[in-house]
Amino acid sequence: MSKSIIRGKVWVFGNDINTDQMIPGKYKFTITDMHELAKHAMEGVDRDFSKKVSKNDIIVAGKNFGCGSSREHAPLVLKQLGIGAVVASSFARIFYRNAINIGLPIVECKEIAGKVREGSLLEIDLEKGTIRDLDGSQQFKMKPLPSFLLQILKDGGLVEHFKKHGGPTWQNV
Amino acid sequence: MARSGDIVAATVDLAMAHDGTAPLVIKALKEMGNRRVRDPQKIVLVIDHVAPSASEVSSTLQKEIREFALREGIRIYDVGSGICHQLLPEMGYVKPSSLIVGADSHTCTYGALGAFSTGIGSTDMAAVFSSGQLWFKVPETLGFNIEGNLKTFVTAKDIVLKIIGEVKADGATYKAVRFGGSTVRKMSVSARMTLCNMAVEMGAKTGFVEPDERTLAYLQPRVDGPIEPVTSDPDAEYEEVRTFEVDELEPQIACPHQVDNVKPVREVEGIEIDQVFLGSCTNGRLEDLEAAAQILNGRRVKQDVRMIVVPASREVYVQAMKRGLIEGLIEAGCVVCNPGCGPCLGAHQGVLAPREVCISTSNRNFIGRMGCAEASIYLASPHTAAASAVAGKITDPHSLEDKP
Repeated sequence: MSKSIIRGKVWVFGNDINTDQMIPGKYKFTITDMHELAKHAMEGVDRDFSKKVSKNDIIVAGKNFGCGSSREHAPLVLKQLGIGAVVASSFARIFYRNAINIGLPIVECKEIAGKVREGSLLEIDLEKGTIRDLDGSQQFKMKPLPSFLLQILKDGGLVEHFKKHGGPTWQNV
Repeated sequence: MARSGDIVAATVDLAMAHDGTAPLVIKALKEMGNRRVRDPQKIVLVIDHVAPSASEVSSTLQKEIREFALREGIRIYDVGSGICHQLLPEMGYVKPSSLIVGADSHTCTYGALGAFSTGIGSTDMAAVFSSGQLWFKVPETLGFNIEGNLKTFVTAKDIVLKIIGEVKADGATYKAVRFGGSTVRKMSVSARMTLCNMAVEMGAKTGFVEPDERTLAYLQPRVDGPIEPVTSDPDAEYEEVRTFEVDELEPQIACPHQVDNVKPVREVEGIEIDQVFLGSCTNGRLEDLEAAAQILNGRRVKQDVRMIVVPASREVYVQAMKRGLIEGLIEAGCVVCNPGCGPCLGAHQGVLAPREVCISTSNRNFIGRMGCAEASIYLASPHTAAASAVAGKITDPHSLEDKP
């Protein structure tokens, strides 16, 4: 993630979207090419999701997004499709860590679920901690990321973070 | 002293990855600049998810894992050893007070032995492999006290399903769950593992049972060196303490397609089933096989129903064989597969077809979990699974007719 402002079209999902819906476990044992794997992204909710989504689109979901397995393939397929960010009322903890570690911006915002329409345009400012509807009608505040996690995101994920800093920086937190 | 909400960097005592997650760990280490592992003694690799491999892709990934283990001097438990969460306690890797991370969400299981253990993803695991450390947010704790005497055919699985049904799938997100109370004190280590294993299904970071003489009796023949249990401080702070009275608890079942969609089995009795799965890190242990064998003794799996039994480990398999359980299960019509994760994650050994219904002793009934997005999965105890296998439909074990 090089920029801290993300603008994109909204796809709305409900509560408790689990990692089996995002990418069924069976595929990680039969498909290793991320481009091929991403064709199955969100298959358990919407079979055609991978065909409909465009670069920088934003997922807006309810509570407990990413519950279930520890599979990193779940955020990876979303990133592969070009998803700019996932905004949810709450995230399951392993998905939360995984998304940051692979450089997929995730934004916790309690009040947004049910308030934005599918297809509307959102702008997220990770530095300022704001989310706004581009038609100017609504603005939301996000729960800020701890600064060391924001740094990992800015570096493009944990691999890039390690390369840049020669190892972890969290000893200093 | 760290308090809940603090973010800390901590040295990890043990790290585990398996064939579903290790390939991305190896890839991340390579991408981080061909990093080596810091301390191979603190790492265990397990091939359990698709074991033996069912596809060329999977075989290639497993080959990479074996080569990585050899190159780095890491202990690997290969095909047939069993499920990581059964193996690590059995092999003496889990000690009370250890900090354990596993690249698998059900790593929370080891809290049953008084360890702090939690699941992480592959890139986090690459950081642990290479640096020996990881950041943690110190969780708040929920106290669940379970009190009372369980009825026949009611088990830890029924208790934990009941709890998940009440607190819901995000009821403990990012929190530690401490299971206590008189019912837990009387539970076997195996049953406590079932409780802690399912903690992640309410979003918890870990489950925990305070070690006692049962824990020590389990650990002593397995663990090298001193065992130093940690217990909760008398003035420990809990975000919430709840008591669950279980005297009157009936067998519970999680209905499609969410683990928190829990009902008494009696409410859904009669739904026809195609497959029964007995196994997994939740309920694939000796006492689970014993429970099913007890129900199936003198009875048979109904015609047109497949009952797949997967012992959680080689030790479980051998013990079950010595006790005659395997013979009994096979004679009753079960298919017994080698130790491993079996059909739980939908990659092999019992993938479902569209519109099929499976009752499973595993931990997730999500859409597509067992390999088919149009199949339905119900989660229950080994007793309920076996009773349903006999009747060919979802059945409370108390409803089974007397043996012929």
